[in-house]
Amino acid sequence: MTTIPARGTPLVLGPPGPAPDPTGRFEQFGGQFVPETLVPALEQLDREFRTAWASDAFRAEFAELLQSYAGRPTPVTECHNLSRKLGVRVLLKREDLTHTGSHKINNVLGQALLTRRMGKQRVIAETGAGQHGVATATACALFDLDCTVFMGAVDVERQALNVWRMELLGATVVPVESGSRTLKDAVNDALRDWVATVESTHYCIGSVVGPHPFPWIVREFQRVVGDEAREQTRALLGDDPDYVVACVGGGSNAMGTFTGFVDTTSDLIGVEAGGHGLESGRHGASVARGVPGVLHGARSLYLQDEAGQILEAHSISAGLDYPGVGPEHAALASIGRARYVSATDEVALAGFELLSVTEGIVPALEPAHAIGWLADAAGTEIPKGSSVLLTLSGRGDKDAAQVSEILRARERGA
Amino acid sequence: MSLEAHLRERRSAGAKLLVPYVTGGLDDAWPDVVRAVVDAGADAVEIGIPFSDPVMDGPVIQEASQRALARGATPTSILDEARSLDVDVPLVVMTYCNLVLHAGCARFAAALHDSGISGAILPDLPLHEIGEWADAADDAGVETVLLAAPNSTDERIAAIAERSRGFLYCVSLLGITGVRSELAERATDIARRVKHATDLPALLGVGISSPDQAVAGSAVADGVVVGSALVARLLEGAGPEGAHDLVSGFRTALDDAAAEEAP
Ligand SMILES: Cc1ncc(COP(=O)(O)O)c(C=O)c1O
Repeated sequence: MTTIPARGTPLVLGPPGPAPDPTGRFEQFGGQFVPETLVPALEQLDREFRTAWASDAFRAEFAELLQSYAGRPTPVTECHNLSRKLGVRVLLKREDLTHTGSHKINNVLGQALLTRRMGKQRVIAETGAGQHGVATATACALFDLDCTVFMGAVDVERQALNVWRMELLGATVVPVESGSRTLKDAVNDALRDWVATVESTHYCIGSVVGPHPFPWIVREFQRVVGDEAREQTRALLGDDPDYVVACVGGGSNAMGTFTGFVDTTSDLIGVEAGGHGLESGRHGASVARGVPGVLHGARSLYLQDEAGQILEAHSISAGLDYPGVGPEHAALASIGRARYVSATDEVALAGFELLSVTEGIVPALEPAHAIGWLADAAGTEIPKGSSVLLTLSGRGDKDAAQVSEILRARERGA
Repeated sequence: MSLEAHLRERRSAGAKLLVPYVTGGLDDAWPDVVRAVVDAGADAVEIGIPFSDPVMDGPVIQEASQRALARGATPTSILDEARSLDVDVPLVVMTYCNLVLHAGCARFAAALHDSGISGAILPDLPLHEIGEWADAADDAGVETVLLAAPNSTDERIAAIAERSRGFLYCVSLLGITGVRSELAERATDIARRVKHATDLPALLGVGISSPDQAVAGSAVADGVVVGSALVARLLEGAGPEGAHDLVSGFRTALDDAAAEEAP
């Protein structure tokens, strides 16, 4: 039996990763398409992040928080049962074991430190599944910052547990009634708030989306996932994995993971929300079906109609219910360094049950898309005998009520 | 018709400039609303082309945009209707940059020109991102109006003023469009700093909701843009007559103020 790298190994952050070009672009994607009012705040954030990220003291403080507060490093777990079943060697990067239960905590701890550096007292955030909202509320409790979380009214309903957690942590949750009342609209309202409060408020964006420097900052704060996983898989496999797989909403857990492997020979695969199927038009597959455009401050790939209006995404999981993807993913797709596939709601549910039953690990619905996709692809797209590192971005507690309801309804129907 | 030349001419004649905003495609009557506000004394009219995700807009213009989109309004349908407006003041389109990039900058600029539109305001396209659009707009003879905000530095304002065409849009407050009960404290400050930086007509916009506010703002600025206050009335069903009444109220107040100022 292989030894699993022990939890509690001192955390060493890798050196800073490559910055986007001076215009904030990865290839032709990214940039800063924002109202003039936000320009000074983005300039300040860019400046502060560059200085902080180059500072040993800042990096040490961040590493210490990740370790003593968030519980890093997270282990890589070899899934012996699932591997036997699928005929491929499956290793999970266990972000579900972090404090608050998803990778989102990595980013918010970094941004909370930046907020303090900038002397701001108030933090706003958007949230879909509620994981980023909970993580932000957590960091704000820790750092004694005022916290307001914008959440689509639809998501407030389907993620009631997380709403309660945010309120318990002292945050104000604002249900967003505009547009499709999901994640995209929560970002809109967070941006609208920020335009009015920018001098005293930091917008703690939850994924590798938004105007420069956010996609870069969030990737850098999340790359600890990939940097750890590379060392851990090397220890387990003696080599890099053949495939690196992660689910993609805005793309932060995937980007954090990919960054650790981008200069290896591992194949990088992002799994987008297939919803009711790509042909149905009801999905969240922005790389597969999106076209270049600008939303939330960045040029990237977005689901749009013929005139350029942004379409509503659809996914069983609130965290993937976003009609776009971070600019660095669009760039990786455009140069062919990563490829993007999709898993339908059904496939995600199958993945949710599969990992629970075979390994005793209940995944969040978001990474359940990656599990479900891998189960289908094993033996075809992913040849038997290959090794796969898959990021389990979060745990499934938040989805228990929703999934049990779906499964019960199904039993009644059958 | 050149937006800048027209506004400069009106300013030279001693007028305080008044530019109402109308959401294109809001209902069947929107072209008549544009004609009505011109008849009531508008110096130019902003026509909003609705976008699904208008982050610079508050509840009123969001609601108007959603209504227009629900009716099936598109950039093409609105520009088609704009072509037959036949008014004697310049028209300026206000929209978000995704609609422009989606169509392609050169194609969009040409479509504006062909529809008799003189200028464009893209609130999510700041100075350092305007390159591709501004070149296409210049080529097509469309004037790109840039925005300056209360928290813009003086250097930044100077650079914005240098590149802005038509007029310079001074955002009166930190915030999004909407009806406000008072003129923002920072409105006169930003207007003063812009006036100091440029001879381009400087118009205050965002939150200018009453004739009194318009008068106070244009004591420093060259005039005002009136958006949500008008659109809120239109959403209540005021129609072309209601729009005419509202804009006449602003016109009279501004003309009275101008007459008092005149030597
Ligand atoms: C557990 C989990 N995974 C993934 C995501 C998707 O976000 P991203 O693509 O930024 O990792 C979310 C978002 O809420 C999440 O909660």
